[in-house]
Amino acid sequence: MIRSAALALLVGALAAGPAFAAPPNAADLEAELVCPVCETTLDQSNAPVAERMKTFIRLRIAAGDSEQEIKDELVAQFGPEVLAEPPGGGFGLLAWLLPLSALFGGAVVVALLVRRWSRRGPPSEPPARDRLDPELERLVDDELARFDG
Amino acid sequence: MARRARLVGQGVAVGLVALLFILLAWSLLTDEGGTLAKKANRGERPAAPDFTLERLDETGELELSSLKGKAVVVNFWASWCIPCKEEAPFLEELWRENRNRDLVVLGLDSKDFRADALRFVDRFGLTFPLVYDGPGDEASSFGVTGFPETFVVDREGKVVAAFKGGVDGEDVRPELLEAIDEALET
Repeated sequence: MIRSAALALLVGALAAGPAFAAPPNAADLEAELVCPVCETTLDQSNAPVAERMKTFIRLRIAAGDSEQEIKDELVAQFGPEVLAEPPGGGFGLLAWLLPLSALFGGAVVVALLVRRWSRRGPPSEPPARDRLDPELERLVDDELARFDG
Repeated sequence: MARRARLVGQGVAVGLVALLFILLAWSLLTDEGGTLAKKANRGERPAAPDFTLERLDETGELELSSLKGKAVVVNFWASWCIPCKEEAPFLEELWRENRNRDLVVLGLDSKDFRADALRFVDRFGLTFPLVYDGPGDEASSFGVTGFPETFVVDREGKVVAAFKGGVDGEDVRPELLEAIDEALET
């Protein structure tokens, strides 16, 4: 009986989860949205329209809107350019895909170069002129043997 | 073979850099920033970019080309712009006094909250046609660099003159009225 009640409470709490979600943070939103006039993020701008947008964000947070609802409303008024991060679909997807493909391309180039360098054989023997004269080499060996002995 | 491939690669890289320099130089030489306004004020009479925008003052849409045959004062404004507040009563007066002469004053509210724009319209009792350009796309196509900015378009849809800043000042009014007369004469 107690177990079923606890289970019911847990299910109820999980279902009500979003209702207790923390309200969006105004400072975070200001860093993620762009002033349509000066084209810097709202937190970097004191243009009149940016100030108006900041007030709008605070009012909507106080009214209980979620971060996505606030962003959606601003996009509806000012267009998708107000989002500092491009949307993940359509043309905005390119902004995500191009740097990733450049990174991937760079990694492939580095991998190919490493593979090419690692395939090179061991260092070749030094040229003959760098080698000691056999007679001199023998003398050095004798001296070393004497020194060790 | 490897040496040849390296040379080709170097040639391609140098070519790309040269191409980028040429593109940069070309864009610097041809960029006139607010081209439409500059052309109009040089007397070239460029065509006004056509647009279809949602009405702000009533339901429906308005297409600029539907006003061909009339002279149009296209005014870009925003509710947060102080000079726009100062010139609004003058534009209303201009509309009321000249609407019977085939002159239309057309306001484009740009980069603005629709609700703020409607409050602005109420506050200044504006009765001339108004459209909503929230994202500012048409402001960009007209090369608007600040608010307010006003374009006088003749009966054939050509821009006769452009004014940056408010048009209510004593020094600007004569020029604006002269441009309107010129636009009506076409």
